[in-house]
Amino acid sequence: MKETVGTHGLVFNEPLLWEKGAAGRNGFSMPPRDVPESPLDEALAGDGPDFPDLSEVDVVRHFTRLSQWNFGVDSGMYPLGSCTMKYNPKTNERQATLPGFTGAHPLLPAELCQGTLQLMYDLQEFLAAITGLPAVTVQPAAGSQGELTGMLIFAAYHKSKGKARHKILIPDTAHGTNPASAALCGFKAVAVASNERGVLSPETVAGLMDEDTAGIMITNPNTLGLFEENIHEVARIVHDKGGLVYGDGANMNAIMGIVDVSQLGVDVMHLNLHKTFSTPHGGGGPGSGPVCVTSELAPFLPVPRVVKTQKGYELSEDFPQSVGKLHAFYGNFGILIRAYSYILSMGAAGLKKATQLAVLNANYIKEKLKGDFHLPYDRPCMHECVFNDKNQEAYRVTTLDIAKRLMEYGFHPPTVYFPLVVHGAIMVEPTETECKQDIDAFIETMKAIAAEARENPKLLHEAPQITKVRRLDETLAARKPRLTG
Amino acid sequence: MRYLPHTEEEIQAMLQEVGVADLEGLFSTIPGDCRRDGDMPLPEPMTEWELNAHMDDLAARTAAAPQYRIFMGAGSYDHFIPSATSYLLSRSELMTAYTPYQPEISQGTLQAIFEYQTFVTRLLGLDVANASMYDGASGLAEALLMAIRVTRRKKVAVSSLINPLYRRVVRTYLEPTGYEIVELPYTAEGRTDFSALAGLDELAGVAVQSPNFLGCIEDLQAVSDTVHADKKTMMIACFSEPLAFGLLKSPGSQGADIACGEGQSFGIPRSFGGPGLGIFATRSKFVRNMPGRLVGQTVDREGRRGFVLTLSTREQHIRRERATSNICSNQGLCATNAIMYLSTLGGSGIRQLARLNRDKAEYLKGALARAGVRIPFGAPTFNEFVAGFPKGFDATWKKLLKKKIVAGLPLAPYYDDMADYYLLCATETCSREDMDLLVKEVTS
Repeated sequence: MKETVGTHGLVFNEPLLWEKGAAGRNGFSMPPRDVPESPLDEALAGDGPDFPDLSEVDVVRHFTRLSQWNFGVDSGMYPLGSCTMKYNPKTNERQATLPGFTGAHPLLPAELCQGTLQLMYDLQEFLAAITGLPAVTVQPAAGSQGELTGMLIFAAYHKSKGKARHKILIPDTAHGTNPASAALCGFKAVAVASNERGVLSPETVAGLMDEDTAGIMITNPNTLGLFEENIHEVARIVHDKGGLVYGDGANMNAIMGIVDVSQLGVDVMHLNLHKTFSTPHGGGGPGSGPVCVTSELAPFLPVPRVVKTQKGYELSEDFPQSVGKLHAFYGNFGILIRAYSYILSMGAAGLKKATQLAVLNANYIKEKLKGDFHLPYDRPCMHECVFNDKNQEAYRVTTLDIAKRLMEYGFHPPTVYFPLVVHGAIMVEPTETECKQDIDAFIETMKAIAAEARENPKLLHEAPQITKVRRLDETLAARKPRLTG
Repeated sequence: MRYLPHTEEEIQAMLQEVGVADLEGLFSTIPGDCRRDGDMPLPEPMTEWELNAHMDDLAARTAAAPQYRIFMGAGSYDHFIPSATSYLLSRSELMTAYTPYQPEISQGTLQAIFEYQTFVTRLLGLDVANASMYDGASGLAEALLMAIRVTRRKKVAVSSLINPLYRRVVRTYLEPTGYEIVELPYTAEGRTDFSALAGLDELAGVAVQSPNFLGCIEDLQAVSDTVHADKKTMMIACFSEPLAFGLLKSPGSQGADIACGEGQSFGIPRSFGGPGLGIFATRSKFVRNMPGRLVGQTVDREGRRGFVLTLSTREQHIRRERATSNICSNQGLCATNAIMYLSTLGGSGIRQLARLNRDKAEYLKGALARAGVRIPFGAPTFNEFVAGFPKGFDATWKKLLKKKIVAGLPLAPYYDDMADYYLLCATETCSREDMDLLVKEVTS
């Protein structure tokens, strides 16, 4: 193997914030006092928090060093399945930090915020164009809150039909948050097993669907990276019993410009702007989870909604059947700016090409690696492919060992041990922004690791050795929680 | 397109390996009747330079400081943001990482969040804080749901002086499952009236905001004494301006079981209301019922200190429908933003800045009162307060918009009995000159 991407480098130790600094140091340019002091009732006044005093240099070095212990998309390939870790364009950051946007107060009268309202309105239109579902809210702050919004819409819809329903069908290949989101609306999750081809069987759904079931939550393509080829039939069965179909759009990167979601029979779908639409994930958010619905379900969308009138753009509360508000204001507007910029940069042809190349990269990896790693479902995949550690079992090497060894070669590991339907899953989603050379380097590395597993498994068991820290004791962390310093 | 690196030759070579003739052939598993006819109806793509011009135009059509003087808080506050904070936040190793599932190469995110959790507990006087919630509103809803889980009761009481927008989010989260929400009235001095609690029993939790939506500081110790008359009931102290705790007693020291609210004030731009930061803290004994992610300290194989996501058995990917919450991605970078800001400010700085905010608002309040404007609520305030203007003030308020002054938030849409009442805010960004100008304009 040629030179690897991962290598040694000078990494700095850095203490916790309160282990450094000195009382009286100062890192903040305090505005001058131009007003008199006003005493406060002693019963209310406190001592203030026990924070260290640090200089600006202390703070800058601290977080610069911390950042060097991290791996981001800008560091290297990040094939984390179901997370769509594509490149986060830098122009998006420029747009989101324009003073007119960052300084905008959310409760300004509409006439003073036409720019922000137009952006939200146009983004809704774009997302409607991309999904084929005509009505959109951009209020949910992340994918899970989008799911919750969808479930609230299901509940409100059935209530409007005069009969509340109590169950919801959730396939075993759906995203992990689906059952918890449904439970928040009081729905009881009913698991639906996928078939031997890794997709839903209409017969199974027909056997479970009844008139107390609100509908089904489908991730399509599912978490095995497979397109739910029977979705039409499944949707018909659910609709015939008066149910609704929810599409988890976390995997939209597989079907943009290829599939019209409304034609699939999907009634409600959330999108993850921090996956498909290139906004940075920030080490755990902020994300954004817009929800797109059919015109029949539009009256139930959260309020306020951005509307276009002769006077311009306005926020309207005039939707009496709405499920209400999900966010204090209008959602993660700063994230909407980035997604809007991305869509305008890509255009329809660019977005479709992104999907095509994402699917090409995933299938290429699948073909190249299926001789070395077991592929439980050997069929054409969409934007991600799922292997497992079955071929390595004989050498006592696990998925976790493979993941940890990959780090030393300079790659972020794939998603591991998910989906649950595959034992020891290794879920690879390369995304379209990885070039052929980098994809080839990843393949070569995975092959080298497969060889190491046979010839020198200790290398894998001991990995990683060159990272800031080695494998961490998660059992200790959970048994004796130490959550503050 | 510059984000798509494949050359035509590379595409052909890769297609050959996959064994399909062209890019369309990759989608053979999608039935024909699921395929889209024609292109997505989207605008033509823009170059980077066209996009800059377009976005500059949109941003210019929104009112913002310093062109506008905006004396409005109400859950979104104007504070100075040090360049060091914004600069550090743009470190792309932090910004472009996912949730730290692989701790060996995510120690930066993990230590920063651990430090954030620690600062939050010190600020709020509680034992544990999570890695963040979406915003103050959904954080409050999750706090009430947590009280319902802990106590196994089905009714909560909520002060009517909690931000009305937060209360609406609470209804969205609690109503589908049939939990009862009782709203508590307020007193003439601008605090929550807890006498109504006397007739209520079997409460899971009582939520109060301090400083409240009218800007008034609640007497949290008295609230705690009243609420904890029933030992099982949990006291939830909510906030939208956490800078106040640089000056005020912490909610935990006054008896709160959960403190939650919005952290936008800690170095996060207003950005038209989001992304903000849902702050959430509680006592150790409730940690297993707490929603959201947690970072914990541990050791690696060589005994060195390190950090991991922990207690994840509470979370949805393991407990599925029995999880404490459905929250997954939260506001991680905003929490990182807050810890960067708070470490810049330091212990001395937060006291000074909080004091300055209170003094600025007191100055404005005093100047308005001297000019004959009514200050209807007598309870002490932090950096916001209510002013009662003469009938018909809305015409003046609108006229001032033309002069690029936003003279507070009209309260009439939020409270039936508050026609001509306006919620005004003054932070460290308001100069005495700006405030004098406001007083002159609203009284002339």
